Amino acid sequence: MKLTFPHMGYSYVAFKALINELGYEAVVPPEPSKRTMDLGVRYSPEFACIPFKVLMGTFLETIEMGAEMAISSGGVGPCRAGYYGVMHKKILNELGYDFDILIFEPPQSNYLDFIKKLNRVKPRGMSWRVFIQLIKKNYRKLEAIDQIEYLMYRIMPYEINKGDTYRAFKKALNMLDEARTKEEIEDALWEGRKIIARIPQDRSRNPLKIGIVGEIYVVLEPAVNFYIQRTLGEMGVYTDRSIWLTSYTQKNVIVEGRIGEHDIHQMAHPYLNELIGGHGINSIGETVIYANQGYDGMIQLAPFSCLPEIMAKGIMPRVSREVGIPVLTIFIDEQTAAAGVITRLEAFLDLLKRRREQKAQEACNA
Amino acid sequence: MPVRVGIPRYLAYFSYYPWWKTFFEELGFEVITSSPTTKKTLDDGVEEAVNDACIPIKLYHGHVVELKDKVDIIFVPRLVKVRKFFTETFCPKFLALPDLLRASINGLPEILDTRVDLSQGPLELFRISREVGERFGVGLSRISRAYLLACKALRRYKKLMQGGMLADEALQHMEKGGDINRDKKRDLTIAVLGYPYLIYDSFINLDIVKKLRKMGADVVTAEMVSPRSLLREAKRLPKQMFWHYSNRAMHAAYYYMNRKRVDGLIHVTAFICGPDAMLDRLMEIEARQYGQMPFLTVSIDEETGSGGVDTRLEAFIDMLKRRRVQR
Ligand code: SF4
Ligand code: SF4
Repeated sequence: MKLTFPHMGYSYVAFKALINELGYEAVVPPEPSKRTMDLGVRYSPEFACIPFKVLMGTFLETIEMGAEMAISSGGVGPCRAGYYGVMHKKILNELGYDFDILIFEPPQSNYLDFIKKLNRVKPRGMSWRVFIQLIKKNYRKLEAIDQIEYLMYRIMPYEINKGDTYRAFKKALNMLDEARTKEEIEDALWEGRKIIARIPQDRSRNPLKIGIVGEIYVVLEPAVNFYIQRTLGEMGVYTDRSIWLTSYTQKNVIVEGRIGEHDIHQMAHPYLNELIGGHGINSIGETVIYANQGYDGMIQLAPFSCLPEIMAKGIMPRVSREVGIPVLTIFIDEQTAAAGVITRLEAFLDLLKRRREQKAQEACNA
Repeated sequence: MPVRVGIPRYLAYFSYYPWWKTFFEELGFEVITSSPTTKKTLDDGVEEAVNDACIPIKLYHGHVVELKDKVDIIFVPRLVKVRKFFTETFCPKFLALPDLLRASINGLPEILDTRVDLSQGPLELFRISREVGERFGVGLSRISRAYLLACKALRRYKKLMQGGMLADEALQHMEKGGDINRDKKRDLTIAVLGYPYLIYDSFINLDIVKKLRKMGADVVTAEMVSPRSLLREAKRLPKQMFWHYSNRAMHAAYYYMNRKRVDGLIHVTAFICGPDAMLDRLMEIEARQYGQMPFLTVSIDEETGSGGVDTRLEAFIDMLKRRRVQR
């Protein structure tokens, strides 16, 4: 059977491996393009959020490529992502496609359902032990991918030859793509990190630091967010984002400063005292945290019409005022043009630079 | 002077007002309700609210603006769950409403953002009522009495609506008594579905309901169906939605498509409403599949001119009438 899955940043490398190793044929979704968007927009409700539309487009593209079934994740709300599957299926059925979408709901919500669905993808004749090992191994691959991507953004603002870091990252990603066994994955990760860390750098720079928060999909998918982290990185800006598929940073980096999910909510409480779905509360809480860590500014990425992020945006001015950090909110839909975003980014960077200089001045005078 | 509590005449107002009003009055508060929505409410709301929000949220801001200098507290309950039903809660914008108001409107009086989560059991509502009452130093017996009367008022309100009254008719009837002159039966029956704050606010929906009646159609709504009948329809959904009002609207749509066939369905939706992006398409698909039920979406935005809506309604009604004759 030919299986596909949603495209999210570089994670396809791990999903592809898992599906193939299970003995299916993976249909790797193309990186979201203008065509994906056009297809998605044509068949989606007008005010569906951009992840919905892109996913719709991806399904249509992968159906063309022969995919018979997709694996995707669900959710318990209250935001729309958890209802995507139902709607995608209904719409595709109306279009006459007999395409199945296997939606994995978070196991806590319905354990039995989760197992049943696992059982559906587990090839007959494969033992559970082997099956789980395969999943674990490829999860490790996913973590490795997160780690090298994370490293890329740390190094980028210091690179001497523009583009070096990204090229090194691609090389590392390729190595991970080719790694088969557990050991090979560890080796590739080790080697990959080395390649990225060793590009020529100018460590005397003191780059602007920007934290990126927002809705998970537009934060994770560079093709939809105008490659924002790479763009900023190559403009010499140090960026950090809070969301990773494997929560790599949550476990390793932020926790070093002892900050976990719970603390993020705690930080948000004076401003937003309720879980509102998506990453709404995180956007608020993390802004506070980044401000406390001395970041210069924040970028909030949000799909147009996104429920939790609109709320977060509405609350943001108060947060920004009280913790003293400028926030730029970028809403993304099919009409958002890259040029406009770049202009806004440049203006924002100017503002941050001026603020820094002002602060330095004040410090001098004091 | 009694404490003046302000109640914005919007959003959940249309579902729970009799409860709130009775309760606060019985506690000895003076209840001040904002006036029915006008152009000014909208303008104020647009001015204050985050500009990417839907109109209902903006309108709510407008109602709060009207109240803010006239009252001591404004009651903005944080509705989280009003029943235990799968993962159902409210639209994220409801969940964040008190926080949003605090961040966007200056010079607010105290916001009473009582958190309402009734999924824990039938005693929860009383516990919450008690908390509110005690916070203002009211004794337990008075709270209990207020609670009972409030529940009674709400039951009556719901009964009236199930009997076929619209929200404003039912409220008027409860306040002034008298009968609503129920006029003769019309040829067509149309189910008008959507969130109560779109269906029952005649300013924002451009008086759709009354217009339909004038054009010769009886209007039925989700509130006219008993909760039990609505719940029976739930199983037609492969997965329940997360938003209380969306589920109600969808269940009502199934009800009017299957149990009590109407001539057509109209879905009233707010421009850029998140849940409705899903709900509207779902209704449309289901209407097609359940025996070609005529379906019309009326989308409301800040500039909806009544001209456009009128023509669409007329065309829809004409189509239904022709269909009638053919059958
Ligand atoms: S978080 Fe926003 S973009 Fe994501 S599903 Fe929810 S509403 Fe859509
Ligand atoms: S349900 Fe729709 S109209 Fe109502 S508050 Fe949410 S987004 Fe706005």
